[in-house]
Amino acid sequence: MDIVIENLTKRYGSQKAVDNLSLKVATGEILGFLGPNGAGKTTTMKIITSFIAPDEGNVYIGGKLLADNYHELKKHIGYLSENNPLYQDMPVIDFLNFCAKIQGIERNRIADRVTEMIHITGLKREKHKKIGELSKGYQQRVGLAQAIIHDPEILLLDEPTSGLDPNQIVEIRKMIRELGSEKTVILSTHILPEVEATCDRIFIINKGRIVADGTAESLRNQAKGSDILKVKIEDGDADTIVKTIKDLRSVSSVELTDRNLNRFDVHSTDKNVNREIFRLCVENKWALTEMTSFETKLEDIFRDLTMN
Amino acid sequence: MKTIWIITKRELSSFFDSLIAFIIIILFLGFTGFFTWISGSDIFMTGQATLQSFFSISYWTLFFFIPALTMRLIAEEKKTGTIEMLLTKAVTDRQVILGKYFAALILIIIALLFTFPWVITISKLGNLDTGGVICGYLALILMSAAYTSIGLFASSITNNQIVAFLSALFIGLFFHFIFEIIAADMTGSFGRIINYLSVNVHFESLSRGVVDSKDLVYFGSIIYLGLFLTEVSLSKRNAFN
Repeated sequence: MDIVIENLTKRYGSQKAVDNLSLKVATGEILGFLGPNGAGKTTTMKIITSFIAPDEGNVYIGGKLLADNYHELKKHIGYLSENNPLYQDMPVIDFLNFCAKIQGIERNRIADRVTEMIHITGLKREKHKKIGELSKGYQQRVGLAQAIIHDPEILLLDEPTSGLDPNQIVEIRKMIRELGSEKTVILSTHILPEVEATCDRIFIINKGRIVADGTAESLRNQAKGSDILKVKIEDGDADTIVKTIKDLRSVSSVELTDRNLNRFDVHSTDKNVNREIFRLCVENKWALTEMTSFETKLEDIFRDLTMN
Repeated sequence: MKTIWIITKRELSSFFDSLIAFIIIILFLGFTGFFTWISGSDIFMTGQATLQSFFSISYWTLFFFIPALTMRLIAEEKKTGTIEMLLTKAVTDRQVILGKYFAALILIIIALLFTFPWVITISKLGNLDTGGVICGYLALILMSAAYTSIGLFASSITNNQIVAFLSALFIGLFFHFIFEIIAADMTGSFGRIINYLSVNVHFESLSRGVVDSKDLVYFGSIIYLGLFLTEVSLSKRNAFN
């Protein structure tokens, strides 16, 4: 099932939480939903789950208008909300049984499904404890289990790895990747490496509006900051080297960072720049002793797009 | 219907797990038992084999106990945010409301069932009017159903349980005796309408053994109105419905 959002607007008082937002997520796509606090990520997710209704705009899930078919469409959505509210006084296994029943799983499959969820999320030793007695990480696992127990076609995960330990984070990311091959997943997070590790596409919003949409790669290319190449060239005069490198077509600027060690920062947008510098050194009989490329970090792109 | 029952079962087990159910049942039996058998105009004092004193004391104890039972039903879920988790599952608002409503009502009926030994005891003491007893219990159940509906509504308008409790009592007060007091000073059709709104008038006539469709319509209307307003209040979060 795919998700199509058209011109979505949601106001809280005079403030627009979501402002004319349009978005398409294809089946089998994992979308990383990024944005600073209060950007409208959670509001958008709540609208997709039909927990709240938008003021303007439409949401289509699998080609059906959500506003008319929300009761039927809700069955295909699994949602893990940001603060992961759970019935604290219920034992894990009872809670999962309740979720399975209420999601309409057939009676004879409930026990299998609950056991499977407990296995996947590693809750075997905790299954008889009350949810309120579990640590935050374990509660997060219960939250994930309740979101996927009915094998939904659409998964909305609001910061799914918060509170988990590093091992569990790796496992959960792997699980999301696996689920994502056949399901449509929207994953909101603040952890940028997580987006790179799990998502096919990145969608950044700020103040309710889209500021970027694309793969991590394409966002890097779009970003103002170009790639930086740190180079150390010996056996040559620093100023001549700067001048010669600057003449290369693929180079946008060169900085001499250390005159004694002949270190340079080369800014470029062309992937071939390292080959060209290597050839240049060979032609001029310089010794190229160091060459490290620094990609623009996703953090920088994020900050660039959302800080204004 | 199946979904409603799943929610009802969860709420009921939550009542029993948190001991609320036991406390309510014990307090209810304690209060009503004390005034039926030991103190005030108990049956040894009146010397008649009747449950009238039990019905009239229950009329008051239930009035206070029901808001205590219903106050957490929605308010707590709003406060902890679990209402979001619940309503984003394959359920409608109405199923959730009815599920919670029946859970509270079933608990009250369980408490009332525990008073059944008293009926047997009294029937051994004298000639008990069986029809009157059945009507009395019917009146208590109908009244409880109406106050549960009001309590559920009060619980849906706030995320604070104390506010929910006090609002339920406040709304209940009007039906419980304020309307009757106002109507006592009034004449004409307006006075009759206010008098009709009083729970006590319908409760009295039912517990005396007179089943009138007017009384059934009255309790049915309060129940419906309370549940309807609960649904409206819950959908205020801006759902599509």
